[in-house]
Order: sequence, then structure tokens, then C-alpha cells
Amino acid sequence: MKARESAANARIKRIGTADMDNDRVDRIIEKHRGEASSLIQVLLEIQSENHWLPKKALERVSDKLQVPLTRIQHIATFYKAFSLVPKGRHEIHLCMGTACHVRGATRILDTVQDLTGIKPGETDLDLKFSLETVNCLGCCALGPVMEIDGKTHGKMAPGETADVLKDYE
Amino acid sequence: MPRIGSPADLEKFRKDLLSKREPDKPCITLCSGSACHATGSRKVAARIEEEINKQGLQDKVDIRKTGCHGFCERGPIIVIHPEKIAYFQIAPEDVPEIVSETIVQKKVIERLLYTDPDTNKKIIHESDIPFYKHQERLVFGFNGSIDPKSIDDYLAIGGYSALAKALSGMSPEQVLEEVKKSNLRGRGGGGFPAGRKWEGSRDAPDEIKYVIVNADEGDPGAYMDRSLLEGNPHSILEGLTIGAYAIGSHEGYIYVRQEYPLAVENIILAIKMAEEYGFLGKNILGSGFDFTVKVHRGAGAFVCGESTALMTALEGRVGEPRPKYIRSNIKGLWGRPSVLNNVETWANVPLIVNRGADWFTQYGTEGSKGTKIFSLVGKITNTGLVEVPMGMSLKDIIYKIGGGIPGGKRFKAVQTGGPSGGCIPDELLDLEVGFDELTKAGSMMGSGGMIVMDEDTCMVDVARYFIDFLTDESCGKCVPCREGLGQMLTILTNITAGKGKEGDIELLEELAEVAKEASLCALGTSAPNPFLSTVRYFRQEYEAHIREKKCPALSCKELISYYIDPNKCQACMICKRKCPVDAVDGAKKTIHLIEQEKCTKCGTCFEVCPSKFGAVKKISGEPVPSPIPEEERIITRKSKAK
Repeated sequence: MKARESAANARIKRIGTADMDNDRVDRIIEKHRGEASSLIQVLLEIQSENHWLPKKALERVSDKLQVPLTRIQHIATFYKAFSLVPKGRHEIHLCMGTACHVRGATRILDTVQDLTGIKPGETDLDLKFSLETVNCLGCCALGPVMEIDGKTHGKMAPGETADVLKDYE
Repeated sequence: MPRIGSPADLEKFRKDLLSKREPDKPCITLCSGSACHATGSRKVAARIEEEINKQGLQDKVDIRKTGCHGFCERGPIIVIHPEKIAYFQIAPEDVPEIVSETIVQKKVIERLLYTDPDTNKKIIHESDIPFYKHQERLVFGFNGSIDPKSIDDYLAIGGYSALAKALSGMSPEQVLEEVKKSNLRGRGGGGFPAGRKWEGSRDAPDEIKYVIVNADEGDPGAYMDRSLLEGNPHSILEGLTIGAYAIGSHEGYIYVRQEYPLAVENIILAIKMAEEYGFLGKNILGSGFDFTVKVHRGAGAFVCGESTALMTALEGRVGEPRPKYIRSNIKGLWGRPSVLNNVETWANVPLIVNRGADWFTQYGTEGSKGTKIFSLVGKITNTGLVEVPMGMSLKDIIYKIGGGIPGGKRFKAVQTGGPSGGCIPDELLDLEVGFDELTKAGSMMGSGGMIVMDEDTCMVDVARYFIDFLTDESCGKCVPCREGLGQMLTILTNITAGKGKEGDIELLEELAEVAKEASLCALGTSAPNPFLSTVRYFRQEYEAHIREKKCPALSCKELISYYIDPNKCQACMICKRKCPVDAVDGAKKTIHLIEQEKCTKCGTCFEVCPSKFGAVKKISGEPVPSPIPEEERIITRKSKAK
């Protein structure tokens, strides 16, 4: 357990996404004027600024908004947008929507898994890629679709998937 | 910015606005919806600006970045006004020619026009293209002509006139009456009459009431709400404000997925503009009516599209549904009466108020009035968003508008209604689309996803796919959905993996029955639909998987093998080179064969084998023929020097 934790910490150090300082968290809370009902909006903003939700930041939110930490944890694990672990440098979103599915998205997923060695929801040890499956990017004309760091790659086939992934460092 | 204080001011402002616009001035409109962004419309936009500047035409040409035109298959799309010349699949390299030829010299560039696949004729105007010709674009039509970031563009097409009419000339009761008379039904899935929902809230005794836009569009393969929010956000705000006036609400919410960044951006900007102009805020258009709107970004949970779950999420909690002994229009957000309607429903409201319920009801069938936007996707030639009058047959939508199935394949089924919908087979294609008609066929309208499947789609796999989706998205609150779907998924996965056994179908039917009867919310009660509709129309496919271990559509990976026909293989090396796992054995002039134990069944060899050879075959339910002897693998070509 300890070993794993220190490995995680080492990784965090390397890419420098340890914690958010309290000032940044406070600024986000202030923006939503400290309403308890805006909890989800606050968490979303922390997520989008920091790419994941460090425990310290959640504790700060809990403190400031007077919401029990358990409820924050409940929310952070319920909604898909949140991550409680650091993410890789490149986020792969693979569309598994129906239109992409009937056009062979599963084969693309298999290829990406083979090439990166990670499954959906995971991040590789070098923090290079994080892989997520999503349920429709709304570019059905281009299916199967793979999105990396917001850039859409359409009409993917297993061979092309490998070519696309090669371009990321 | 001018704050418009009365309906008369609004008309005057509109008149001034129109008088300043030159209808004959060339204008390039470019689709900038998310789907076109993905095909590179941003680059095209940058190139257009660059080229216009280069040729010194800044003052002579307008550029307008509009919302989605619907024909996503052919994006990026450009329409040049006033001639309305439509160009498709524009690349940045085409731009200089478009500017110098079409803008300056008024010449049409043939190669960028749409070609009718039947007649091979070039078509100049969008309205003559079969994809558009058979549509009735009442709600969606303005998307292609206005810049969603400009409130003036919306005003120029008559925007906010319905709001002015309602606030100055109609009592809230009259507005409500008109909407009731129009029989507008919820476009988000349920199909509940909007007027009746509003009336319930209006009559509820509580002083504080809310109106909410449901833009948590979660159905995979459906993106019409996003396109409306991105392309015409003011129409939704206008509808929402009218609804608020009708029921006596002063606070509205828009719940939109954070996965739709452009939609969030455009709706927030639209609210800001509407506040500046005085269409939102205090004393709107001098009527004394106050109304404000807030945007709440959804953090990603399919179940939050359900009304009670959405309201719980709005309160800043985990979005789980609650029992509806009391409907949310009586006791909803923070325990107050709350009217929740889908994006498309709200966008219909200004039309009904402006043109009247009698005009609206001329479209559609007995039970379903007006039009519906469908997203026509999957194995279809013309992928895109289509708006048709209710009552059009599925066949017309798929063949006349959608252009049929690509690649000469056979149509198999169309899936409507999102994950909780069902699959409709070939023999029911004459079915007219409408809320009740689709439900009768074992599917549903849902939010309007329409996924077309061809002969290569395995229906058992489709059922497994949807149950997998719903298992993942089940909030876990009640047992039949949480546990029942999990069991169904295990059995369906077994069947697609060739491990199905006799009795599986019956067991699935039993599980489906329980989930249907005993789940709390619509997600659970409708979750078995994908299984029930596929087993109803395609039972023989289930049986083939279970009894013969065969996938008739040749799709389930565990049940198929790839095999190279030695009589057809020309030893061209293409599949050998492309195989990602090196499973093809062969050399030049040596007939290739697939080493089955290495093969991961990715299908690459099948796709790359030149169609004139067609040597790679998919087989299922039969053993792979044993390889031919080594000596026969050498191809001795007939001498070329004949």
C-alpha cells in the first residue's frame, strides 16, 4: 500500500499536478458566491482547471461550503466528469455511441487498449495517456470517432488508430 | 446597448436593423456546429477571412458563422447569399477559388456542388437537394442562416416577436390555452402534453415556481438539442420566457451537459445579450413581468435526463430519481412547482404563440402534432439532423431523405428512442412516426435518435450494447434495475461469446418483465426494451447464436473466423503488411493464409483485401477449412510474354 502511494506521489511530482493551493479553490468558490447548491459547479471548475480533484481541494470545499466530505465524495464518484486520480498528459475519449458502435467502435477500442496497455478509466504509468469511453460526441457522420485532447479524429479503422496514437508524445 | 422597453420599441429596433442590412450584399455563411468543427470548419473559416482580406473585399462581403445545417455527412458546408449557392465538403484549399470565382465573378463552381446520386445532376440550392427537399424545417430551419452569437441576427428573422405578442396582447391563461390547443407533446422522450404539465404548475398554490430546460441530452446517437442550443439559443430562451409567463414563474434554469462546451458558451452569451436588450430581467418589454435564467452544467450522468433526477442534480446533489407520487410540476425543484421541458419542446413554443395553434396542428398525425427533429445516423448514406412532420413514414425518412443504405448493403432494422427504445424491422418500415405509433411497435420516440442498421449488424450484440450502456448508467438506487440489468448483461454477453445455452432467452424475458414492472424511474422500466424488441423481431438470431454458435450477421468476434480463400488469393501481400499482429503467413507468389491462433479478429485483412480479389472471408458456425498443402501455395503466373 505504502509503496503504491509513494509511486503515485513520485508520478505526481514529475508532472507537477500535486495539489491546488487553497487560493485557487477559494477563488472558484467565491465565483459561485458560496451557495451550497452550486457545489457541482464548483467541483466542475476545479476539475477543468486541475484535471482531477485532489483530496485537499475537496476538504477545502467541504470546509468553505459547509457540506460534509462524504457528500462531496458521493458526488465526485457519481458523476462521470470527475476524477479522483491524476490524469495523463493526453486524454483519449473514444466514442462508444450507437452510431459509432454499429460502425465498429469496439474494434477501435481493442486497438487502443492493445497499443496503450490501459483500459477505459485508466491512466498509464508514464502519465502519457488516459483512456475514457464516452457515449456520443455528436459527430455521428464521422463514426467511429476518437477524440484526443479535444481534437476529433473521424472514420477510424484499427490501422489508422495506431498512426494517430504515434503522433502523441 | 439599447434596452428595449416595449413591443413598439422592439418593432422599431427591428425595422432599423433591417434597413441597415443590404439584402444584396454577398454573404458567406459557414456551418460552425460541433460536427463541422470536427471536419475542419475552423480552418476553412480562418482561410475565408484571410482570403477576403487578401483580395481587399472586407467591406463588400459579410461572413457569418452559423449553427448546424443538419447535413453533417457533407460538412463543412458553405452557403453563399443572396444566390444561396451551397457548397459541400469544403477544404481550406477551395477557399481562394470560391472567393474569386463565386463571390467576385458570380460563377458557380461545379465540383463543389452536391451531386444527386440518382440522376448525377449537380444541384445549386440546398432546398433542391433530396436530403432537404422532403423535410419541414420549422424549428431547425433558421440554424443555417443566423449567427448564434448575434442577437441582432435573431431579431432580424423576427425573434422575440412571440414574446412581445404574449406579454402585450395575451393573458397567461390565453398563452396556456394556445399551447394546450396545439397539443404540443414533450420532445425529450415522454411525450407528455406540455400544456397539461404547465397547467398543473400554474394551478399549484405555491407562489414560487420554476421553469427548466432539459438539455442533458444523453442518448447516444442523438444531438439535435445540442445543435439547437449551439445554433439558435435565443429561440429556446424565448420559449422558456413565454412558458414562465404562462405559469407565473420568475426563475428559470438550463441544465446542459458540460460535454457540450460550445452549447454552454452560446447559451450563456445568449442570456447575457437578452439581459442587455431587456428580454430577460426586470419588467420585460414594459410588461411588469420579471424573469431570470441561470445555466447549470451537468457533470455527466445519463440518469440526470430523468426529470426528478435532474432536479436533484440542480440542487447540488447526486442525481438520483425519486418516486413520483406527486409530479414534479406540483412539487419539483426545492419542493416547488417546476415545469421541465426538453430543448426542442421549448423551441416550438414561440412558433405556436406567433402563428397560432391552428397553424401548428396542420402538421402531424391525430395524436402527435407538429414536426420532430431526428438524428439519422448509423449505416445511412446521408447522416445528419432531419426535421420532418410527424406522420412521415420511416421508409421515406430513411430512403428519400437519408438516401438509403451505403455500399449496396441490405437494410435490417432502425433503432429509435435511444437506449430505452427498440429496433424496428424491415416489414414495419411503412410505420408513420409519432409518439403512439412507435410505442405500439415496441419502440418509442425518445429524443429522436434514429440509428439505421444493415445486414452486418448483429441484433443480439445491439441488445447487449444497450443493456451494457444502461447497466453502466443505472444509478443503483433500486434493485430490479441495478441487479436485473447486470444479470441480463451477463447472459447476453455469454450468448454473443458463444456460451449461450437453452433457456437463456426465457430467463432474459423473465428478468425483463421484473425490471419493467418494478423499477422506480423510466430508465429502469424501459431498459429491457432493446432486448424485448430485438427478441420480438429477430428471435432466430438469438437462436442461431445459442444453438449453432453462429452469428448470422458475422459480427460477434468470438463466433467468427477470418479465412483466406486459396482459389482467390493473388498473394498481393496487402493483408500481410497491414495485419497488426502478424497473423498472415505468405510471401510474394505464395498464397496467404491466416494463422488462426495468432489472429485477433480485428478485420483489417477483410477490409484491405482488394475487392476485385475478395479473397478474405468471414465465416461463422462452421470450422475453418484446413490449409492447403505447402506445394500448392506457390502461384505460377501464366507467362506474360504470350
